[in-house]
Amino acid sequence: MTIELGHFALILAFALALAQAFFGLAGSHTRRDNWMAASRSAVTGQLVFTLFSFVCLAAAFLRSDFSVLYVANNSNTDLPAFYKFAAVWGAHEGSLLLWLLILATWSAAVGWFNRAMTPAFTSKVLGVLGLISSGFSLFVITTSNPFERLLPAALQGADLNPLLQDPALVIHPPMLYAGYVGLAVPFACAVAALLEGKLDAAWARWVRPWATLSWLFLTLGISLGSFWAYYELGWGGWWFWDPVENASFMPWLMCTALIHSLAVTEKRGLFKSWTVLLAICGFSLSLLGTFLVRSGVLVSVHAFASDPSRGLFILAFLTLCIGGALTLYGWRAQRLQSEAGFAVISRESFLLFNNVLLVVAAGLILLGTLYPLFVDALNLGKISVGSPYFSVVFLIPMLPLVLLLAVGMHAGWKQAKFTTAKRPILIALGLAVAFAATMTLLIFKRFSPLCFVGLLAGGWVFLSALIEPIARLRAKQSLSRGIIAMSLAHLGVAVFMLGVTTVETYKIEKDVSLTNNQSIEIAGYQFTLLGTQAVTGPNYDAIEGTVSVTRNGQELTVLRPQKRIYRVQTSPMTEAGIDAHWQRDLFVALGDDLGNGVWSLRIQYKPLVRFIWLGTVIMALGGLIGVTDRRYRVKAAARSGNSEAVVAGA
Amino acid sequence: MWRSIIPAGVFAVLVGFFVVGLYRDPSQVPSPLIGKQAPAYTLPRVEDPALQISNSDFAGKKHLVNVWATWCVECRREHAVLLEIARQNVVPIVGLDWKDELPLAQQWLQQLGNPYVATAFDPEGRVAIDFGVYGAPETFLIDEQGKVLYKQIGTLTMEIWEQEFLPRINGQPNGQTS
Repeated sequence: MTIELGHFALILAFALALAQAFFGLAGSHTRRDNWMAASRSAVTGQLVFTLFSFVCLAAAFLRSDFSVLYVANNSNTDLPAFYKFAAVWGAHEGSLLLWLLILATWSAAVGWFNRAMTPAFTSKVLGVLGLISSGFSLFVITTSNPFERLLPAALQGADLNPLLQDPALVIHPPMLYAGYVGLAVPFACAVAALLEGKLDAAWARWVRPWATLSWLFLTLGISLGSFWAYYELGWGGWWFWDPVENASFMPWLMCTALIHSLAVTEKRGLFKSWTVLLAICGFSLSLLGTFLVRSGVLVSVHAFASDPSRGLFILAFLTLCIGGALTLYGWRAQRLQSEAGFAVISRESFLLFNNVLLVVAAGLILLGTLYPLFVDALNLGKISVGSPYFSVVFLIPMLPLVLLLAVGMHAGWKQAKFTTAKRPILIALGLAVAFAATMTLLIFKRFSPLCFVGLLAGGWVFLSALIEPIARLRAKQSLSRGIIAMSLAHLGVAVFMLGVTTVETYKIEKDVSLTNNQSIEIAGYQFTLLGTQAVTGPNYDAIEGTVSVTRNGQELTVLRPQKRIYRVQTSPMTEAGIDAHWQRDLFVALGDDLGNGVWSLRIQYKPLVRFIWLGTVIMALGGLIGVTDRRYRVKAAARSGNSEAVVAGA
Repeated sequence: MWRSIIPAGVFAVLVGFFVVGLYRDPSQVPSPLIGKQAPAYTLPRVEDPALQISNSDFAGKKHLVNVWATWCVECRREHAVLLEIARQNVVPIVGLDWKDELPLAQQWLQQLGNPYVATAFDPEGRVAIDFGVYGAPETFLIDEQGKVLYKQIGTLTMEIWEQEFLPRINGQPNGQTS
């Protein structure tokens, strides 16, 4: 019964989304206040019914109701309760329901926090969000209904994909979706601005926290996914340039560009049509990602659900949404005139470079991701473009970007005022050179030019991000949240860079075969296989290796890598044994039984690998502080571009 | 002012590709190399880099050259087909491991099984360029004189093997080649 109620609630939510779209757009067009108010009520109703529908599905999972097809396919009575709940979004249908729920939440948030904007504008935004919601609910109801019954009911469920039975992967999809879907808000704002033909500093100030919040979720979501892949897939890699990873990374790059471009639009009234285009492209790339993942046009290790009819629906929806927005852009963009010019060396032009380089990076990744599709469509066969392309091509825009970052942070608006920061920047550069030289020559004792440049850039950005906060603290000036946010986010970038450069240059990976009590030395650590034994988990059986790690005769730790077989789906999974330390990870994955008590093991030494995720967390923290900046909570400030005393963001 | 229409135009082209992509099956075009002499190569072997492998090792024998890499997802799927073809023992399969890392490649062969009589290691992709490789996987059928009889771009399947490769190996080219 609850399942039918859930289904019914979803259909009601769809109807309310349609109402929200109609009253929002038509109401603001005809300037009828009661219609616009109806749109706002519809948003709340949509959230309530979507949430109800989600709760019904979750209840079916927790009660192991195998008369529901989706539950029977993705759960099992032996599954721990925590994962039963997470299994709601463990496959296609439920994850789309989560998508809808998050979209409804964002829409409701727009309905609540809009005092700074005119009712007509808010209604347009809600109208566009309503169109997106109704398209997606229709998609769920017609092609991917999670409430379908299975009669007669199954006795036992087929279990959740073992790959997904992991705490990090439980939070990864909601985080990532929150980011993906959050980009719908800047998108809707961009469309509304195009419809109104007007875009001012107040618009940019209002859009900024939404964009930053989506960016924060995207950052954490991608980072969690990468962390999961690192310890769960058993290869010890942290990024694979898989189409699905790229699908999340491209919106991130766009959103990063958008955040910076919005800063310029807010402070200086420049780059207006560019900002609008970025806002449209950010969400377009999210939708594109959904299409690529769900339609099976690209082969990917993540493509767990693919079906051409779904693909066709998403494609039609994608075409309407993105095509409509871009056509509107083509028609109206020239109305959004810039208000001023700027000098060649100024913060504006640094941010323009930042934008161009980020967009180029996203474009190159898009090209690589879609290239197999182009080749296929042109009758040239099915091929794979892998990391050799991406890791080279990605560096081309990224290295200059990071180097510009170190200087650009301190450039003044309108024209460069290096006078305040020239000396500290040069000192930072000197220290960074010394740091890079120490790391390559003294600590790791192997020089590589690329690594040197990477460490130099990372170190320089790190120090450069600290210049302004330190200067302000020394002068006993107040430190605004904007500046803390910017410095933290850039510190995060630097930490991330240092981690990536070091681990990619100095990691050691060895595949070895060991018998009991045999040991091997890697990077100064002695790994000894003490034995293997059978272990039983709640829904899996495993073989666990015991590997002791010693250094200079002192025992550091005992690692217990596992090779699990999940009983229902009988797929083998690797649980790596990892000894984590801020300066290095020791990673042991159990391979195959080679007979006679000999096991193959994959042992890795990963210096500074934790910096990769630490960096992303610092970035996200910066985003969080930026979002909570008081400026955004101030009530409807004057609707003109009067910039505040604090130069922040960027 | 027409500049602002560019994004919509680019997107329209993309959509065209997506529509085609949705209804796509892997299919082939003849390579310019067909009927020509296959490029000469001498490369270290993946199994033991101290040994070398060269095209002259296979002179006088019909054989396959299969381009693969451990980073290539399609290759993983193709591998099972290659193992089956190797089991049929019709022609030897020579691997060309492209832009790869040696330990990864060795591990791949150890874990997934080795369908190749030998695998050449081409980390910089020089030989692959001579072969005109677009991307992995690709498979070439080379005849006794060292000429390319057929080229498969993309994943080899049992159907393609039976329809395109076997007739050519048995000396009945089915009309498409010149």
